[in-house]
Amino acid sequence: MSSKKEVIEMEEVVIRFSGDSGDGMQLTGTQFSDTSALFGNDVSTFPDYPAEIRAPQGTVGGVSGFQVHFGTTDIKTPGDYCDVLIAMNPAALKANLQWVKPSGTIIVNIDTFDEKQIAKAGYTSNPLEDNEQWSYNLVTAKITSMTIETLKDSGMDQKSMVRSKNMFALGMVYWLFNRPLEHTLDFLNQKFGKKPNVAESNKKVLQAGYDYAHNIQALAHNYQIVPAKIEKGTYRNITGNKATAWGLMAAAEKAGLPLFCGSYPITPATEILQELALRKDLGVKTFQAEDEIAGICTAIGASFAGNFAVTTTSGPGLALKTEASGLAVITELPLVIVNVQRGGPSTGLPTKTEQADLNQALYGRNGESTMPVIAASTSGNCFKYAFESSRIALEHMTPVILLTDGYLANGAQPWKIPSMKELPTIKAPIATEADTDFQPYNRDEETLVRKWAKPGTKGLEHRIGGLEKLNGSGAVSYIPENHEIMTHIRQEKIDRIADTIPEQEIIGDQDGGELLVIGWGGTYGHLATAVNELREEGKNVSLTHFNYICPLPKNTKEVFSKFNKHLVCEINLGQFANYLRSQQPDFKYEQYNKIMGLPFTVKELKEKINQLLEEK
Amino acid sequence: MCDIKYTPKDFKSNQEVRWCPGCGDYGILTSVQKAMAELGYPREQWAVISGIGCSSRFPYYMNTYGFHTIHGRAAAIASGVKCANPELKVIQVSGDGDATAIGGNHFIHAIRRNIDMTILLFNNEIYGLTKGQYSPTSEYGKVTKTSPYGTIEQPFRPAELALGAQGKFFARSIDTNVKLTAELVIKADKHKGTSLVEILQNCVIYNDGAHSIITDKEHKDDRQIVLRHDEPMLFGKDKKKGLMLNSKGRLIVVTIGEHGITEEDILVHDARCADPHIHWLLANMKAPELPVALGVIRNVEASCYNEKMEEQITMVKSSSKITCMEDLLNSGDTWDVD
Repeated sequence: MSSKKEVIEMEEVVIRFSGDSGDGMQLTGTQFSDTSALFGNDVSTFPDYPAEIRAPQGTVGGVSGFQVHFGTTDIKTPGDYCDVLIAMNPAALKANLQWVKPSGTIIVNIDTFDEKQIAKAGYTSNPLEDNEQWSYNLVTAKITSMTIETLKDSGMDQKSMVRSKNMFALGMVYWLFNRPLEHTLDFLNQKFGKKPNVAESNKKVLQAGYDYAHNIQALAHNYQIVPAKIEKGTYRNITGNKATAWGLMAAAEKAGLPLFCGSYPITPATEILQELALRKDLGVKTFQAEDEIAGICTAIGASFAGNFAVTTTSGPGLALKTEASGLAVITELPLVIVNVQRGGPSTGLPTKTEQADLNQALYGRNGESTMPVIAASTSGNCFKYAFESSRIALEHMTPVILLTDGYLANGAQPWKIPSMKELPTIKAPIATEADTDFQPYNRDEETLVRKWAKPGTKGLEHRIGGLEKLNGSGAVSYIPENHEIMTHIRQEKIDRIADTIPEQEIIGDQDGGELLVIGWGGTYGHLATAVNELREEGKNVSLTHFNYICPLPKNTKEVFSKFNKHLVCEINLGQFANYLRSQQPDFKYEQYNKIMGLPFTVKELKEKINQLLEEK
Repeated sequence: MCDIKYTPKDFKSNQEVRWCPGCGDYGILTSVQKAMAELGYPREQWAVISGIGCSSRFPYYMNTYGFHTIHGRAAAIASGVKCANPELKVIQVSGDGDATAIGGNHFIHAIRRNIDMTILLFNNEIYGLTKGQYSPTSEYGKVTKTSPYGTIEQPFRPAELALGAQGKFFARSIDTNVKLTAELVIKADKHKGTSLVEILQNCVIYNDGAHSIITDKEHKDDRQIVLRHDEPMLFGKDKKKGLMLNSKGRLIVVTIGEHGITEEDILVHDARCADPHIHWLLANMKAPELPVALGVIRNVEASCYNEKMEEQITMVKSSSKITCMEDLLNSGDTWDVD
């Protein structure tokens, strides 16, 4: 049977794959986004999964989702609402129906819509039979049974066969959006290299899904999303965690120092440690410690010994590292502490995103112990800001906190590969045998940075530690005046880092205007999209988005002064707004906050901005 | 090794030593400086890492690289130092509170990993720097400021922790025995892996006489045994007493010449036996029933973490196509946009 299909060109599409947490939805979504990126689309992804590895099957709590936004234009967010929802069971439909656009397509695995599963999902009746008011394009496919049918001659048991059903769904979506299968076929060959029959069956099911979608009448047309017009260069897909790991490694190479990572597995930061552990070919040393405290302590030891040392964690882990981070402050040793923020407090929402560790990063230590705080704002620029955090740590002899979040860490986007030649050399102030008058706490007059004397260097034997130091010699000192001097020096040293960071930029009206939206970190994509869309509608709104949190860029006040109203948007109760109230007290800060473990939606941001613009 | 001939004085820093007069730590400091001079490594190769407590002031008095860190974490910090630069000779100094209470986790894991460093555990069975509270090694029922009616918890024995963590080297000395402590520090250094040296130390202010049961002049010879590999386990003034295993597998004290016992019947110390069973029995001997074992009780060869770390890096480097960041950035799936 052949029917003439209409091909519709679209600028951008949002697809949400959803199923049980064991259904392979993360893998399916990743395959689709990688294929789309290779095809030349701009892509942004949002994995959304439960904390339990195998949450109760068939329940709404156990639904794992992966949203992909791809298109021919600049894609900055994974999208608020989806054009296509793939629901592998009734719970997935129940959890995600609210996110489908009114005209969207819903593909359901009808095999799972039996009485038991429908009830488990919390429906009182079959939602597919009770849908007269639906405006969706509903595609019901017997995904499970067609998968089994495809593999009936494979000799596999039923359970193993059913495991491939995600490939059937992926095949359908590949046809729907005119994607080539090659990337996934190669991936399957590689992944199941040692189990060729598993590779074969998955490939067979993928093709079967593709063919099925081609053959059925229900899908009246397929879509063409032509490659995006993006900046010239070589690209790859990258997640925030991978970009962070690579940024740290790039910094080590540019500093000419071995990289040491002391860490402890914690969601959603673990992939950074995993990625670094892979890179023994680049000489990276990873130490999976017995706990978070040992993670940072081994790193501090490595830093004392002359390595470029980092530790990676998430909120609760940062809390455990608190005391040791103070040791790095007083001993003025270089160290990067990566905190991939998640929902808190306590264990909170381990797999969800939040920006509520800002206070902890800024203030969460005993004593006067300021340390620089840097925040990445896209998955791709986790590389840039990991590199920047490293530069600041090494050149200014200080621990630095790099904040990313679950949304950036797990999300992926096409990323223009930088050239190592274009990255600046990092010059750590390493003392040598030639420093005959070396004293551990003598400082550079301009930057107030002390020198780093590595153990093993002849003639520079010295002792450092957590007790207050005598200015200059570093001997233990309890002199009251000395403590005050040292406290001011440590603060001033951090303040002067502002001389080395770029000025704060305005996206929008450079000369100022009515409303300035202020953001920081991982909310950039949503804020920029909302502000750009409103500007296209002629609204008087601009955005300034912070990556350097402590110290703030020197022109911050100048930027703020150009606007009448200031709206600080963040995924917490207003921590950055409060920080700005103390740092830049001349302005009245309006707030827009959300704390649901989810990113902003562009829609809600636009509503809030419009509301403020309308207020007199 | 280097050409310079060191004396213990070369390892003394210009800092005034501030332990209480009569503190056992003075003797240990002398022992370590003596051992370092004898070992003869370049002074800059030493890194002395400590936690918090009286004993942890140690690095300030050493003219080497030193790091006085935070309470309990010295084993983790020292692990990082050694892995980052395996050329360094790392000595980690802790007290019983630092190593077995707040730092217990790091202590057992450093030993389990067998990182090549020496841990000196000064055991005075009390918290000294906070002025006299019981520690995890204080005897059951001990009356202190925080246990005015006596402790109600059983003490740790550091040797058991070390053996339980699959420790490969355990030795014990007494602060006043400078010669033995120096000898053990040297042996600990020569052993590849984590070498734990427990030094029974006297806190004159808050727990004076904690070890007097074995240090009192009149009983000393009968209540201490210095074990040496391959030598019979003899002790006592005239070396007439010895150790044997009875029919139930328990250690007993016998006297040569009594009940037909000859030197042939006495156990011979095998510190290098991989099976820790006999080391466990020896390390746990308690006076007055049995002599307390000093010397190297266990000294077993095994691979160590920092060496394996280097080996893996060398191995992966030799076969990987990725030799620099530029290679990595351009590896895998990439595409060009024109």
